[in-house]
Amino acid sequence: MSPQPQAAVGAPLSRVDGRLKVTGQAKYAAEHDIKGAVHAVIVDASIGRGRITSIDAGDAEKHPGVLRVIHHRNAPKLPYRDNPGSNNPPGGRRLRVFQDDKVLFHGQPVAVVVATTLEAAQHGASLVQVEYDAEQSSTDLAEAEPGEPTNYARGDAQAGLRDAAVRLDLTYQLARNHHNPMEPHATLARWDGNKLTVWDKTQWVMGTHDELAAVFDLPADAVRVINPFVGGGFGSGLRCWPHTTVAALAARETKRPVKLVLSRRQMYFGTGFRPAYAYRLRLGSDRRGRLTAAIHGIDAETSSYETFTEAIMGAGQMTYSMPNVSQAYRQVPLDVNTPIWMRGPGFATASFAIESAMDELAHKLGIDPIELRRRNEPDEDESSNLPFSTRRLRECYTVGAREFGWHRRSSRPRSRREGDWLIGMGMAASVYDPGRFPAEARARLDADGTAVVETATSDMGPGTYTSQTQVAADALGLTMRTVTFRLGDSLYPQTGPHGGSATMASVGSAVVDACDKVRRQAVKLAVEDRDSPLYGVDAGDVVVRGGRLHVKGNPARGETYQRLLARNDRSHLEARGSYAGPPTPARRSYHAYGAAFAEVAVDATLGLVRVRRMLGVYDAGRIISPKLADSQAIGGIVGGIGGALLEHTVTDHRDGRIVNANLADYLVPVNADVPEVRAIYLDGEDNDGNELGVKGLGEVVQVGVAAALANAVFNATGRRVRELPITAEALL
Amino acid sequence: MYPFSYTKVSNTREAVNAGRNGGRYIAGGTTLVDLMRETVEHPETLVDISDLPLREVRVTERGGLRIGALVSMAETAVHSKVRTLFPVISQALELSASAQLRNMATIGGNIMQRTRCTYFRDVSAACNKREPGSGCAALQGVNRTHAILGTSDDCVATHPSDVAVAFAALEAQVHLLGPDGERHVPFADFLLRPGSTPQREQALRRGELITAVEIPALPRPLKSGYLKVRDRQSYEFALTSAAVALHVRGGVIRNAYVAAGGVGTVPWKLPAVEEALVGERPSDRLWAEAAGRAAGGARPLQHNRFKVELLQRTVERQLRTVGDSK
Repeated sequence: MSPQPQAAVGAPLSRVDGRLKVTGQAKYAAEHDIKGAVHAVIVDASIGRGRITSIDAGDAEKHPGVLRVIHHRNAPKLPYRDNPGSNNPPGGRRLRVFQDDKVLFHGQPVAVVVATTLEAAQHGASLVQVEYDAEQSSTDLAEAEPGEPTNYARGDAQAGLRDAAVRLDLTYQLARNHHNPMEPHATLARWDGNKLTVWDKTQWVMGTHDELAAVFDLPADAVRVINPFVGGGFGSGLRCWPHTTVAALAARETKRPVKLVLSRRQMYFGTGFRPAYAYRLRLGSDRRGRLTAAIHGIDAETSSYETFTEAIMGAGQMTYSMPNVSQAYRQVPLDVNTPIWMRGPGFATASFAIESAMDELAHKLGIDPIELRRRNEPDEDESSNLPFSTRRLRECYTVGAREFGWHRRSSRPRSRREGDWLIGMGMAASVYDPGRFPAEARARLDADGTAVVETATSDMGPGTYTSQTQVAADALGLTMRTVTFRLGDSLYPQTGPHGGSATMASVGSAVVDACDKVRRQAVKLAVEDRDSPLYGVDAGDVVVRGGRLHVKGNPARGETYQRLLARNDRSHLEARGSYAGPPTPARRSYHAYGAAFAEVAVDATLGLVRVRRMLGVYDAGRIISPKLADSQAIGGIVGGIGGALLEHTVTDHRDGRIVNANLADYLVPVNADVPEVRAIYLDGEDNDGNELGVKGLGEVVQVGVAAALANAVFNATGRRVRELPITAEALL
Repeated sequence: MYPFSYTKVSNTREAVNAGRNGGRYIAGGTTLVDLMRETVEHPETLVDISDLPLREVRVTERGGLRIGALVSMAETAVHSKVRTLFPVISQALELSASAQLRNMATIGGNIMQRTRCTYFRDVSAACNKREPGSGCAALQGVNRTHAILGTSDDCVATHPSDVAVAFAALEAQVHLLGPDGERHVPFADFLLRPGSTPQREQALRRGELITAVEIPALPRPLKSGYLKVRDRQSYEFALTSAAVALHVRGGVIRNAYVAAGGVGTVPWKLPAVEEALVGERPSDRLWAEAAGRAAGGARPLQHNRFKVELLQRTVERQLRTVGDSK
């Protein structure tokens, strides 16, 4: 922990970019005003699998304003250099736009129309006539052949299950979900000679940078990616999707800057999604509820051309103590585009199965669901045999039960009724394995006493601008107003993806390091400067507050950064900071935890589920920015409500068409669906591998919500629903 | 979007002339513009009728209620006469769409709105309504939200309006003005079942303009209300809905007006339910018995079988809600 006073960190501050956002001055990808930009609209495949036999672009090309129609018959061959980074799944072969006649999924880009106006490009796209030789597509997880499993085993799960006093064998189905950020994915691409600049909606500036360099075989310094603002992502911006390449290609072919915005419909096949799962869980325990064995059979969607994997296995290995575990995780290749991580990836999915099954077991044994979880709390991480850095799940249960009024829950389902409504409560444990990756930052203190901090991260909405400014301000000893934090430019020092709850720990640590270095430079300058009131003071005894250096405990003795730099004729002080990533090999098991509590009302005859209250209690380490944390928690819980009750990407398996590729038919929660939501954070910090003491909050808040709701539905109705989303027909 | 021309008319004569020449009327535009953007619709000429003097809600001489075609959904819902005489209309409107849409959309446009069938709205899918003869992708496709009543082998799409269900229940009349003058059509005859011509959705002649919807004078006191069942609590179309109005005198139901939404290719009047109610004394048993007749003739599809049961429960609930209210 820094010796600096913590004035900004921990304060419930409003967003530093709030004014820009609410006044419309924050520029999102499609909003940058690039001189001479023309518009591109993608033509999507209308078959689920097969070959393009002809493309007639004649009518489109004749339409006034249309400049070019590009497709596989006239597109240049693109290098598509290997790029195992940029979140391209290992193995497989990424989708190569307009490079051949193959159609791999419904909606695949088959052509792009470039025109001087958006309207002309849109109409031009509708005039392109594409003929296909269609094959039967395969998009049904239940019907297709899975690939080879990834396995995990400890102990002898088969024997453990066979010998268990109590056994459960349950299969859970989870629908495919789409991220549906408010801002559509968009790219503005401009070539200046052989240099490519893109303004792109991405959660990973450097990932998009590296991918474009690979696709077009450009040197690293010939590509620049800019994205100062991201209007929501939830994971959809963690890869460089085909449309970004299409925009860059169209710009090169037309020699004009090109703006390409995916339509809402195109967002359903132009970017990834949380894959559908079939999760079979067999669970064994003794009569007192001590788990003895678990066998997880996990099948998930992937595309035919890439094998997407996510951290679906972790929760089953370390949430509860048990000697015998076996897991088989199989990807099922389908004629769909490749999935991508979505909020709480893997853990949110697995927790629905595991936490629902725990509730079933508790009911079967007549043990309170919280007590059952307590009885299975491990002493160490049994998947790695490492001690936990911090794991305060028990406290989450205790605080949550008290604050939610858990004692008022009847263990007997269907025992509370208010008119037509049956009322029930449920809970679930939440676990997430936050990412940490190497990151760099640059800090510069100017002679006027203000500072600029730069790093190539993103802010998809959690408030990175604000929280990093807080961290930087305290490390520099400046006020929030005098620090400017910049992100979203590949020219800035590099960071990993803005996802996986990794940004605060990783980027934040690099920011602190850079700012600490600058502050120490200033302190050194002062204590060695005969004209400074701090001359001769031990550097370790100097702190900076409000831009003024002074002796710790003696604020009168000191001077401002401005005076110090002016007297020493220094225009600025500057330093680069870095974060090397977590210790390797790991010394501790580092996870974020929480407990989700839900109360629902279910209309006993109409089958409608209405959420009445939700509470999340989190062991997420230090909370840098409480107000932002609340936004994160509420957002994650709302996302969980969506996944539990509403969200379902529906595919017509006859031809692989997504039938609800719009926000009228793909249901996300609206205000009326979201009741009182409350979040509580356990005080404390976790210093395993990051000095800030944070564990990351953005993902864990969605984990467990669906199970808590499904368990509450059971408590209300006595009906166990093992398929998400829970719809009226399941409860009639 | 296909190129189109746009004209704004200032009186009904001009409107009807433009309509006779093939112009499409547009008022709030909340459905038509969407469909044009999706290229489901490509009218060559839009005739903007929003300046026409059709914005009045008034009680008729006979004691009914006449709602001008251009009165917005929002204005209709809050109108004091609508609220007091026919709360079922206000409720149906307020449970529709979003506040923004209700401010723009008009009553005439509401009953003209086209189906939410996703295959209709996806121009790359087969749809007899959009492209006669191309087939019906919904029949064997994803059809959870589709109709179970009034369907044909050519179309199973529901009519999406809520207020039209109330109008159907209350036996409204649609007032029309066309090249041949004025006429009015019973609501039951105005919206057409698909049969073998699902592209024909209304009993409108070329150039005809809706000028008003009139609710007839019904016996008073009339208790009424609307129930909408849907996955999401707001901003979604109905899985099932029920419009119920009852005239009870001396402890006996003298008149009953009942229709259902979300289940039919048109708003579905339920005469069998009405007959079961008339002459009876309100009771939970009566509600259940009458509602048991709501799904007569239903032809469920693969994904919407639950609607048969849900429809009966929806009607039963709303009969009880209205019947038990003061």
